[in-house]
Amino acid sequence: MRTKRTAEDRGFHIVNTSVLILFTAMVLYPLIFVLSASFSSAQAIANQEVYLWPVGFTLDAYQTVLESPRLISGFANSVLYTVAGASIGTVLTMLAGYALSREDLPFRRILMFFFVIPTLVSAGIVPTYIVVRQLGLLDTRWAIILPTAMSVFNVIITRTFYQMNVPREMLEAGRIDGANDLQFFWRVAIPLSKPIIAVNLLFYGLGQWNGWFSAFLYTNNMGIAPIQLVLRELLAESQVNPAMIGGGDVTEILKKRELFDKLKYAMIVVAMLPPLIAYPFVQKHFVKGALIGSLK
Amino acid sequence: MTTLPRSTDTATTSEATVTERPTPEHVTIGRRTGKRPNMLWMRVRRSWQLYLLLALPMGYCLIFLYWPMYGLQLAFKDFNIVKGITASPWAGTKYLSQFFNSYLFWPVLRNTLVLNLYGLLALFPLPIILAVMMNHVRSSKFRKSVQLITYAPHFISVVVLVGIVIMLLSPVTGVINIPIRALTGDGIDFLGPSMFAHTFVWSGAWQNLGYSAIIYLAALAGIDPELHEAARVDGAGMWRRIWHIDLPGIMPVMITLLILNMGQMLSVGFEKVLLMQNSLNTGVSEVIDTYSYKVAFAGQLPQYSYATAIGLFKSVISLILILLANWLARRVAKQGLF
Repeated sequence: MRTKRTAEDRGFHIVNTSVLILFTAMVLYPLIFVLSASFSSAQAIANQEVYLWPVGFTLDAYQTVLESPRLISGFANSVLYTVAGASIGTVLTMLAGYALSREDLPFRRILMFFFVIPTLVSAGIVPTYIVVRQLGLLDTRWAIILPTAMSVFNVIITRTFYQMNVPREMLEAGRIDGANDLQFFWRVAIPLSKPIIAVNLLFYGLGQWNGWFSAFLYTNNMGIAPIQLVLRELLAESQVNPAMIGGGDVTEILKKRELFDKLKYAMIVVAMLPPLIAYPFVQKHFVKGALIGSLK
Repeated sequence: MTTLPRSTDTATTSEATVTERPTPEHVTIGRRTGKRPNMLWMRVRRSWQLYLLLALPMGYCLIFLYWPMYGLQLAFKDFNIVKGITASPWAGTKYLSQFFNSYLFWPVLRNTLVLNLYGLLALFPLPIILAVMMNHVRSSKFRKSVQLITYAPHFISVVVLVGIVIMLLSPVTGVINIPIRALTGDGIDFLGPSMFAHTFVWSGAWQNLGYSAIIYLAALAGIDPELHEAARVDGAGMWRRIWHIDLPGIMPVMITLLILNMGQMLSVGFEKVLLMQNSLNTGVSEVIDTYSYKVAFAGQLPQYSYATAIGLFKSVISLILILLANWLARRVAKQGLF
């Protein structure tokens, strides 16, 4: 009896481990392939010799990326939007999340509804577009940062965090020490908020780095386009656009045509790598954020 | 000075948290128990600093979330760009009926529902299975590596995801089509009309399966290990323990997520569909959101009113679905979203 039971369990574990390894490999393969293709020679890609590892290792795709002013400015723009979006979003969210977490806030329930209603009734693209235009933000960097600057979902997460981590007793103790609400928020609540600040910075930063649609919709000016939009334009083009890769004569362009597919791979890598590199270090914060969000 | 008001204050707040109702009740409670009627006003005045904290976020909401809602009336107006929203003449339900009578209405609705239902049926059970599997891995090092890798695609952008799909699945140059061509003699156009839904759903699976398992893993971690121990002593094998212990343990989470997913029935990753669309697959890939977007921005003449009407139709149905789902989640799983 006992041997039979352990045999079944052992069988389960073998199957379980194999399936998980297979699944992990399937998740990993496209990422590795893109990375390898970006380092392979243009001929190897054209002849479809690349399966897993780079064939004919070369860095010329990345050299082209570095020489192209548009790709560079896309990268720099994305860094700017990520930093600005993360800061603005986090500040707004902390303010709202803390105030809404206070049980003694009069009209708290109505105010909570005020924040939740927009998540239920979405106005849609056109009315938002008209507002952005009326504000005179079209073709400005603000149009890329502001319309998605604050997410109500994050406000709810932050509120839940404060409800769990800054109990009312603490507030009463603070009041006895003579702290008013602003002082308490600044001196007591904020120093306790490092995990939730991290979660907010990461969520907003990731959203801005990965965002393309605001830029696509609200600007025609490729000079302020984030890297994801540059990549999207690149993928949408089936022909080489010399302006995209920086001018040159005809032979240069022909040579670059071969490079074009590779360039797409390299751009995909550049666009996806920063979050993927940062993520293992901040994984626990994301997991925490996902869990607090589901607790609500 | 602070002590006395604070004690009355906590009394009222505890009353308020019991009833948890907005203003009028507060006032009547105050009157009934003989407190001064301007109690609430005093509390409001004393909380001015909290309102100060709320000012910026609320201003943000008003400008970027509520002001657009005011523009929803465009659905019932002939929008004139010079006159602006308020001064444009009313058009009644002209644009809504234009949408309902459009030859695209049913195809677009069908595409939206097909992509959603397919996604739900395919992708709802898989994170549960994955979580149960990961939960029973003995080596924590192995489990951590699996988690690290399978969560990763969640962090890449839609553009990158669609880029990978286009490059790897391309019928001519895609690496996935090399073995397929060798076997069948012909490459598969994964973005073509017959494969679009599969590609859409399974690329979504690739991106989000791991991350969706997090919540189930957390629920599984909450199951008492002694239950498993006792079942093992009683001779229950792995499958029976999973069936009788793990699954019932995460059932509430499963039901809640299922219901809430159904509330999202009309929203399919708009950006992803838009990026995956090409001239060949629009017959199966045009969903409500992309149709509305194209009516407004991709045509020769921007038809803002018509596009708003389409968006309004979606918003209204979505709102009804969300409220229904929430009501159901409260009744069945005793856990609503709000």
